[in-house]
Amino acid sequence: MSAVLKLHDVTLGYDRHPAVHHIDGEIAEGALLAVVGPNGAGKSTLLKGLMGALKPLGGRIDRGALGRRDIAYLPQAAELDRSFPIEVFDLVAMGLWRRVGLFGGLRRADRERVAEALSAVGLEGFGRRAIGTLSGGQLQRALFARLLLQDAPVILLDEPFAAIDARTVADLLQIVARWHDERRTVIAVLHDMELVRRAFPETLLLARRPVAWGPTAEALKPERLLEARAMPEAFDDRAPLCGVHAA
Amino acid sequence: MIPDLYAALVAPFADFAFMRRALVGAVALSVGAGPIGVFLMLRRMSLTGDAMAHAILPGAAVGFLIAGLSLPAMTLGGLVAGVSVALLTGLVARATALREDAALAAFYLLSLALGVTLVSLKGSNVDLLHVLFGSVLALDDDALLLLCGVSTVTLFALALIYRPLALECVDPGFLGSVSRSGGAAHLVFLGLVVLCLVAGFQALGTLLAVGVMMLPAAAARFWTDSLAGMFVASITVGTLSSVAGLLGSYHFGVPAGPAIILAAGCLYLLSLALGLRGGVLWRLAPAPRHRTA
Repeated sequence: MSAVLKLHDVTLGYDRHPAVHHIDGEIAEGALLAVVGPNGAGKSTLLKGLMGALKPLGGRIDRGALGRRDIAYLPQAAELDRSFPIEVFDLVAMGLWRRVGLFGGLRRADRERVAEALSAVGLEGFGRRAIGTLSGGQLQRALFARLLLQDAPVILLDEPFAAIDARTVADLLQIVARWHDERRTVIAVLHDMELVRRAFPETLLLARRPVAWGPTAEALKPERLLEARAMPEAFDDRAPLCGVHAA
Repeated sequence: MIPDLYAALVAPFADFAFMRRALVGAVALSVGAGPIGVFLMLRRMSLTGDAMAHAILPGAAVGFLIAGLSLPAMTLGGLVAGVSVALLTGLVARATALREDAALAAFYLLSLALGVTLVSLKGSNVDLLHVLFGSVLALDDDALLLLCGVSTVTLFALALIYRPLALECVDPGFLGSVSRSGGAAHLVFLGLVVLCLVAGFQALGTLLAVGVMMLPAAAARFWTDSLAGMFVASITVGTLSSVAGLLGSYHFGVPAGPAIILAAGCLYLLSLALGLRGGVLWRLAPAPRHRTA
């Protein structure tokens, strides 16, 4: 199975402080990978690095033939400004960016695709609603509809199931499973360990560094989780310089 | 009754060319500045317009020192100063620990002090008042062309950067994943802010130019939930303020620039009280019977 993303001793962070450092590994095409770890472990930063929005402080990420638009990204819902006056249809239609770009208009076929995507996530008839009127679960459904339209081979999900109800999680997990069946690569940052054990065959456990990476049952062994929990949470300006490079 | 209305509302414009020119200039300014103000408000940058208005002063002052009260010289000077402050602010915010608002505050204060000092070196207080408060009742052909041209350029440029600009407000993470245009759109947008303010200071002066940008935008938020609706509402409020302000200035003998901004302020207060989208009065009214779902 060929690797779609290769990480070579990658360190990602801000202002000389690593959010996560020295990750080596390969993400196979069609992988369904959960990224777990405590708050501040570097999970979201890793996603930003994988999609190219954050340049590594060290090492390199090999994306092969993947272009920028081949990687779809679902940001954390908290990063959205829900007071902005935009309708659900327009937000979802941005999933067609690869075709419409900065200036292109929406053709009738595009509008039909947006309507189909809305219908596929159970938001039929919600198109003309302002995003500020949606519940957390409905907004997440809309963002999944946008991902459907992006039709990308690699999909990065940052806490896709945070603060949404069980029914919505189940519906959205079905979409994730379908992507997996279609051999798309899905990488999701998650906190619900039971859900990870149930639905994600492969897991990367992070705590500023990779603690474990492999089959989920192996990666989430109690001793591994304890090791991850011992991670220092705050940046430390007096922390010694990392010795891995010097070694 | 009708002759009275005609005398109060139409005659000032029908009888005096300077009033017609002032109206065309102020309305042209409102058409460009309204949508810019809406985006400033939605990007939580409402006070950025104010700071920028101060920042263009030294440029206009240098133009004034070199060429006197010359429109091209002061416009070019203002443009250079405004764009410089915008770029320096962006540079400091990205390269240092200082946030954008603090960097902008530092540069605009420096700019304002420099501008007032430069003007006072050569000009009289009357000249300084012209730069600070404009002269909407003395707009010549060149000034009108500038105002109309700037509004036209602003609307077209805004249409070009509309998609990344809106997306950067609502979902910057997603925009960053599909396009690198967010930064460029932000810079072009800041350029448009400067352009509108530079045009505005001819009519209203540096200190009031931002009023015709932000007050109509803030008022528009109380009338509609759609972005396009806010553009239209802001332009409408700006236009009504121009008409009301000029008439007030004519009938009561008050300075026209501040009168226009006062009119815009009154329309803002009216919207705050009566606006259909979150106006105070509707919040106080008893809630209608709710639906079951």
